[in-house]
Amino acid sequence: MKRLPMTLIAGAALTGVFALAALISMVWTPYSVEGMNIAARLQAPGAAHWFGTDHFGRDILSMIMVGARTSIAVAVIAVGMGMVLGVPLGLLAAANRGGLIDEVIMRGNDLVFAFPALVIAILITAVFGPSAVNAIIAIGIFNTPVFARVTRGGALSLWTLDYIRAAEVAGKGKVRISVEHILPNIANLLIVQGTIQFSLGILAEAALSYVGLGAQPPLPSWGRMLAEAQTMISFAPHMAIIPGFAIVLTVLGLNLMGDGLRDILDPKLRRAR
Amino acid sequence: MLGRLKLGLAVLAMVATPALAQRADISVGLVLEPPNLDPTSGAAAAIREVTYSNIYEGLTRFGPDGSVNPGLAHDWDISEDGTVYTFHLREGVQFHDGTPLTADDVVFTLDRARDEDSTNAQKQLFAAIDTVTAVDPLTVEVTLTQPQGAFLFNMAWGDAVIMSPESVETNATNPVGTGAFRFVRWVQGDRVELERNPDYWGEAPALERATFRFISDPSAAFAAMMAGDIDAFPNFPAPETLAQFEADPRFSVIVGSTEGETILSMNHQNEALSDIRVRQAISHAINRQDIIDGAMFGYGTPIGTHFAPHNPDYLDLTDNSAHDPEAARALLAEAGHENLTLRLMLPPPTYARRGGEIVASQLRDVGIRTEITNLEWAQWLEQVFRGKDFDLTIISHTEPMDIEIYSRPDYYFQYDSAELQAIIAELDETTDPEARTELLHRAQRHISEDYVVGFLFQLAKTGVANADIEGLWENAPVPANDLTGVRWTQ
Amino acid sequence: MLRFALQRLVSLTISLIVASMVIFFVIEVIPGDPAAYMLGMNAQPETIAALRRDLGLDQALFTRYLGWIGGMLTGDFGTSYTYRVPVSELVLARMGVSLPLTVYALVLSTLIAFPVGLIAAARRGSGLDAGIMGATQLGIAVPNFWFAMLLVLFFSITLQWFSAGGFPGWDRGFWVNIKALTLPAVALALPQASILARVMRSAVIETLGQDYIRTARAKGLSARQTVVRHALRNALIPVLTIIGLQFSFLLAGGIIIENVFFLPGLGRLIFQAITQRDLIVVESVVMLLVFAVILVTFLVDLAYAAADPRLRRRA
Repeated sequence: MKRLPMTLIAGAALTGVFALAALISMVWTPYSVEGMNIAARLQAPGAAHWFGTDHFGRDILSMIMVGARTSIAVAVIAVGMGMVLGVPLGLLAAANRGGLIDEVIMRGNDLVFAFPALVIAILITAVFGPSAVNAIIAIGIFNTPVFARVTRGGALSLWTLDYIRAAEVAGKGKVRISVEHILPNIANLLIVQGTIQFSLGILAEAALSYVGLGAQPPLPSWGRMLAEAQTMISFAPHMAIIPGFAIVLTVLGLNLMGDGLRDILDPKLRRAR
Repeated sequence: MLGRLKLGLAVLAMVATPALAQRADISVGLVLEPPNLDPTSGAAAAIREVTYSNIYEGLTRFGPDGSVNPGLAHDWDISEDGTVYTFHLREGVQFHDGTPLTADDVVFTLDRARDEDSTNAQKQLFAAIDTVTAVDPLTVEVTLTQPQGAFLFNMAWGDAVIMSPESVETNATNPVGTGAFRFVRWVQGDRVELERNPDYWGEAPALERATFRFISDPSAAFAAMMAGDIDAFPNFPAPETLAQFEADPRFSVIVGSTEGETILSMNHQNEALSDIRVRQAISHAINRQDIIDGAMFGYGTPIGTHFAPHNPDYLDLTDNSAHDPEAARALLAEAGHENLTLRLMLPPPTYARRGGEIVASQLRDVGIRTEITNLEWAQWLEQVFRGKDFDLTIISHTEPMDIEIYSRPDYYFQYDSAELQAIIAELDETTDPEARTELLHRAQRHISEDYVVGFLFQLAKTGVANADIEGLWENAPVPANDLTGVRWTQ
Repeated sequence: MLRFALQRLVSLTISLIVASMVIFFVIEVIPGDPAAYMLGMNAQPETIAALRRDLGLDQALFTRYLGWIGGMLTGDFGTSYTYRVPVSELVLARMGVSLPLTVYALVLSTLIAFPVGLIAAARRGSGLDAGIMGATQLGIAVPNFWFAMLLVLFFSITLQWFSAGGFPGWDRGFWVNIKALTLPAVALALPQASILARVMRSAVIETLGQDYIRTARAKGLSARQTVVRHALRNALIPVLTIIGLQFSFLLAGGIIIENVFFLPGLGRLIFQAITQRDLIVVESVVMLLVFAVILVTFLVDLAYAAADPRLRRRA
């Protein structure tokens, strides 16, 4: 095996920092994110508060740590939801390629893609109320067709291979073939796509909570921290800059990791580089 | 040759003057866009903030201090029993479309407002009216079913402005009134433009053109003020930035009072909250100054009852619910509610969203957990205000003199006290000022000592304007941006 | 080919019917009564009932659905509850902002992405390529609303070169409006340009690997000539597909940016209509957007099928 690509190492390191912060925040944060101290608000980064304090006097480092947890949890569950729904749909469509089921699934896919995502997210929260769960549902819905399409695309090329045909002739059912032969062979493809969707999920969560539709207070989330910081940007810029960098670095880390993984896992694409 | 020289000088003078002349246009920022421009068919404060006293006028009108002054009626007589009001209209008043104002327009307006199919959001203002008749083209007689001390006050509201039957159908999009400014155009989503009405009956305003621009995002509002795109923002949505405007000589910060009592409402149908000890505990858990500092950056006056502090009849009862977490914990233990979880529903304004987070943190300190849900206005109205499905909510009650809401058992907090209802009923029938003051004091004390809701603070009106503008209203007795007295000083 | 087109037309129709039902019924169950919202806290119940009658909200849900669909088919999108003007008028006015903004952002992103992507492809593996790729990764990772905040802080508040937002209107002249749209367009264009540059690079690299390019090189064309004359042309297909996708994404996806810069565009119209429960506006605008995307997808499919007969078998 080839030496690990730099992108993968750098990406995994960046992502790892935030994942670690999220893990630690479950047992310990420097300060409580729920405790307010109005007298100590809007402090610039310093010795007591490495990242400063916000407009309620809360410690921003602690909020970034817990916010990482929120972001990662929402994105992981939403992408998981998209995979769990989308992969079987894609396998099913590929197994019935050219048939009615394939057509219905693919048109359904197009239909979901046709809806403006943010508008639908706003509508979902207008119906069910804003919460982290509804943000997950909204992001998950739009991940489903992505995975369905990627799965179908990967599976279609496999179905033309001789050994799959042989298995079909030997009387193996389409479901068995899909699970036993197709799925393992497209796993790499799904991992790479999953990483990309994960980073998009982080961005989507940030956008939703920025417009007030994600996790509700007092649970910190990076997007809401940015929204709250916006009017204070000219006298407390650290409040806007630090959560912004948290988002950028996490997404960057995941994207680099995705690139690196593709280089290792997808030999076809490696040739193109 | 001399003629030419003169002409040259004249041209020179013309070129030079604009630098010296006072500006006659203004761009006013509003947070919310009015849904339409007809104040008689919608409650949105934004409709009044654009049209009140600028486009439309009523029989009477509010002054900047909340006083009731003559409007389209220059004078009126009240019968001895207080049931017949005879209004004398001004002469020579014209609507913007050129039709003259007559008594028939007044009859039409008042009858329309109390009609069965009326969509007037404040229909109760007209509830006491029995008949309206035009005596002659400039005299209107209004008969009430019973004397009503607040009738002239009611007629000054934005919901009671006089409209002409010729233009009433189109006023929502093309408002036609009698005011000092007339409507030019409305770029939906962006701005409404007005211009000086040359045929105005009263003193001509100093401004020639006025533009109301709608900027809902607080940071965009800040940027627009700083960049000079907006000349005045009478209700500036981001109190945290006011210190910067104060430090900048280009701007003046105008801090005034509103009629908005901001309260932590409690649902008396909730089993725990029906216990006065729990309500008292919550009241003692709250640190008002932290809320005012943390949510409003210091702008606001603590209140201990539901009454405006600038009103002469106000009582300072904040000591009844002084910040005392120890007492709060003891009261909760006594009531057997040491493990209480309450739902806190928050509407969109900053005072509610930020105040709510602080309240939640203060309640947690005494052992009450809260689940915060942020709601949009439409949802808040449906779920909290009409559906009464909530435990706690934060809201500013902005109507003037509205302590009587505590005497309505079906109002959304569902407080039912025979004693208070008796006080308010007596107040309604009392006209003697001293007796009224006494009753108002009793009512204030009653709701304060019964800890009906958590009384937080009186909302301040915080505006920002270019330092060269004068004549903007400092206080907000009603939602309005009366521009008739606004001028540039240089 | 005709059979394929007909099949696609049938599924397009079914898609539109499904979409219209989803949109209408999902939006109608949103809690919050438009009439109650408009009349506020002091309104009496009979006043609200009167307004509901006025707006036609007292009719049965299905009757209103049929009325809405029937109206749409004849080009009548209904009348806004709150503004009291035809929805089509509102949409047209907002398009006057959203469409130029989208085009502006796309032009910017293309102008940046094309040369950058080409250079990266031509210098594949070099330090420059790595730098460009790193920069595009960063561009993708930056949330556009955060970038917009920084732009406003720097260019509007500190330098005061641009106004912080707003839209003067086309009757005030061309350049004023272009200036007003510049910061929002830059904020929208950055991530799009990064994506496009990456697509451009890999598309060019892919075509460079094809045999005919090798032949061209063998004939003695320089690397630069090969890239510009041959690879670019063939790489355009995937690039144009992405631009098409970005167009529809930006048209509706500008909501947040429109809010940051308070532009009266389509996205903000929807956002506002949802909070004000102006349901008819939400329904009609979302339906229009969905219709536009479905139609574009349909046309693209037809074009591909016309170009490549093998694709027709898929359906």
